[in-house]
Amino acid sequence: MRTVFKTSYDADIRLFKHGAQAFWYGLLLLAVVALPWLISDYMIGEAVNVLIWALAGLGLMVLTGQAGQASLGHTAFLAVGCYTNAILQLKGVPFLVSFPVAGLLAGIVGVIVAIPALRLHGIYLAIFTLALAVLVEDIIVLAAPLTGGISGLNAPTIKILGAEIDRYGAPKLFYYLVLAVVVAVTLLYRNMLRSPLGRSFAAVRDSEISAQAMGVDLARTKAAAFGISCAITGLAGALMGHFAGTFNHETFNLAIAIQLLLMIVIGGLGSIHGAFLGAIVVGFMPTMIAFLRDYVGKVTGTGSIAIPGLEAAVFAAILIGFILLEPMGMYGRWFKIRTYFELFPFYRRDMFKRQKSYLKTERMR
Amino acid sequence: MSSLQLIVSGLANGCVYGLIALGFVLIYKATEAVNFAQGDFMMLGAFVALGLTTGQSLALPFWVAVPVAIVIMFVLGYLLDVVIIRQLFGQSQTTVVILTIALGFIIRFVAGAIWGHEPQTLPTPFAGQNLRFGGIVIGVDELMVIVTTLILTLVLYLFFNRTKLGVAMQAASQNQLAAYYMGIPVKRVQSMIWGVAGAVAAVAGILFASKGSIDPGMGLLGIKAFAAAVIGGFGSLPGALLGGILVGLIEPFSSRYVAAGYSQIAPYVLMLLVLIFRPHGLFAQVYSKKV
Repeated sequence: MRTVFKTSYDADIRLFKHGAQAFWYGLLLLAVVALPWLISDYMIGEAVNVLIWALAGLGLMVLTGQAGQASLGHTAFLAVGCYTNAILQLKGVPFLVSFPVAGLLAGIVGVIVAIPALRLHGIYLAIFTLALAVLVEDIIVLAAPLTGGISGLNAPTIKILGAEIDRYGAPKLFYYLVLAVVVAVTLLYRNMLRSPLGRSFAAVRDSEISAQAMGVDLARTKAAAFGISCAITGLAGALMGHFAGTFNHETFNLAIAIQLLLMIVIGGLGSIHGAFLGAIVVGFMPTMIAFLRDYVGKVTGTGSIAIPGLEAAVFAAILIGFILLEPMGMYGRWFKIRTYFELFPFYRRDMFKRQKSYLKTERMR
Repeated sequence: MSSLQLIVSGLANGCVYGLIALGFVLIYKATEAVNFAQGDFMMLGAFVALGLTTGQSLALPFWVAVPVAIVIMFVLGYLLDVVIIRQLFGQSQTTVVILTIALGFIIRFVAGAIWGHEPQTLPTPFAGQNLRFGGIVIGVDELMVIVTTLILTLVLYLFFNRTKLGVAMQAASQNQLAAYYMGIPVKRVQSMIWGVAGAVAAVAGILFASKGSIDPGMGLLGIKAFAAAVIGGFGSLPGALLGGILVGLIEPFSSRYVAAGYSQIAPYVLMLLVLIFRPHGLFAQVYSKKV
């Protein structure tokens, strides 16, 4: 059992709570830096895929996990980031400029979208964002002169200071590029949580009325949450474009937006770890299912049969299991196990029991 | 095709959207949750009816299969609430939204595994018959859709406003704790409403399948029904029907008068406009608290 004595106000918001924590995260960083030298090029691609999903998950986590605003339409911002980055590079703008601009533009679009969305709550917001996700596919097709329409665009090779970074040509370099972005965003995220802005996000999530009473400007906080969330998602979209190579309107379909939301719920809402854990599940799910299907086919002698929709159904079943049995997601489970050992004989089952609340209508305000 | 013809076919389509939207509204009215799987419920209802009429073992006549399918969907909806949704009692609405999205994936997979992914049609006794009024031709199937929808909406409206159970459902939604104090069995009432929503979905599915083809991906029609429910105002039964009809009417007219590519986004643009300028729909059900 470890007791952290807080002797100053700064200790409460320190990046690492104690030395051991800093040590383990340092070790993790070392491991991910060494990773490409230990695995095959194919697996590096898989790892990059997980990292990009994690980045998109971090983006949505700011909005849904921290500020409590559900969004089913984050593909719209993935698309903005992806197309901005690719179009600027095709026009000759270097990656080091086009990449941040893509994030910035996605963030600005996010704030613009947030203005009408600020008046909406819960269900209405989910539907509003759902409509965005539906519309973005059509808008990409309609803006064909810019986006290439149905035939789509090819993401150009990234050039940074003379080095050519390509998913197939230089997988290790591409991995390090994505890793650097993810680590930078994670640090930014962590620092944001320590700042007044991050705290006001949590206040808005837990109770809008109390947040208002404490002097939090609801509209500005929500708009900021949208802006930051969409900017991060835009960066993820830009990387996703480079990872996919070719992309068109179908790359950013509704299923991706839904998968993104389900992913962070499985991982655990409101935690950075959740975005990564969820991304690992999403990234390795297709491989796992293909493996299991071949195995079942071999055992039963039916050969491997492709069943459309199986992947989505398994994913959905896992999600329902989590919602029913562990609403706090994978990170919540890990947190409970850790607390159990930290407090060893004193852990009690009801420690994380949630206060049940009775529902009152939203239609009376 | 004359404009009048467009109006009739738009009305018929709109009524199906309206029926799905009714399913959303029913559940929202009674439990404050939104069932994102309502479109998939509709698809399942249609396939259950199809399985009953054309199955190898039991080829029931149409008029027997329809009530049986409705009853099966009622039971499925009821059980869904008892087994899964009730466990979420007291959690946020977003949880139910995410859960029902996941449920939709599973329903689509199961339906695809049982009935295949090819579009199929439901054979009905009134398929292919037409009525002529002056210059316009109205299919009996379209007329059936419109009449059934109107009757069902009226029945549900009266149910919610006139019967004891309907009022109990509204009370349970407005304040669960107070409803408990008044002796309303809130949990059973909520299961009932999921059952009713399942039955309504079955009706919508059967009507849709009678005038077109169905396949497991049809549940995505639910998104259009969302537009309908939002335009009408979540929480208002006539609003849902009106929203559905509006969406149904906009579709054929926009595809006729607006450039291709822009026409299919018209319903969503209308929905966004309604959300921006009248967030609670045309038939708003939001009341300010009087202090």
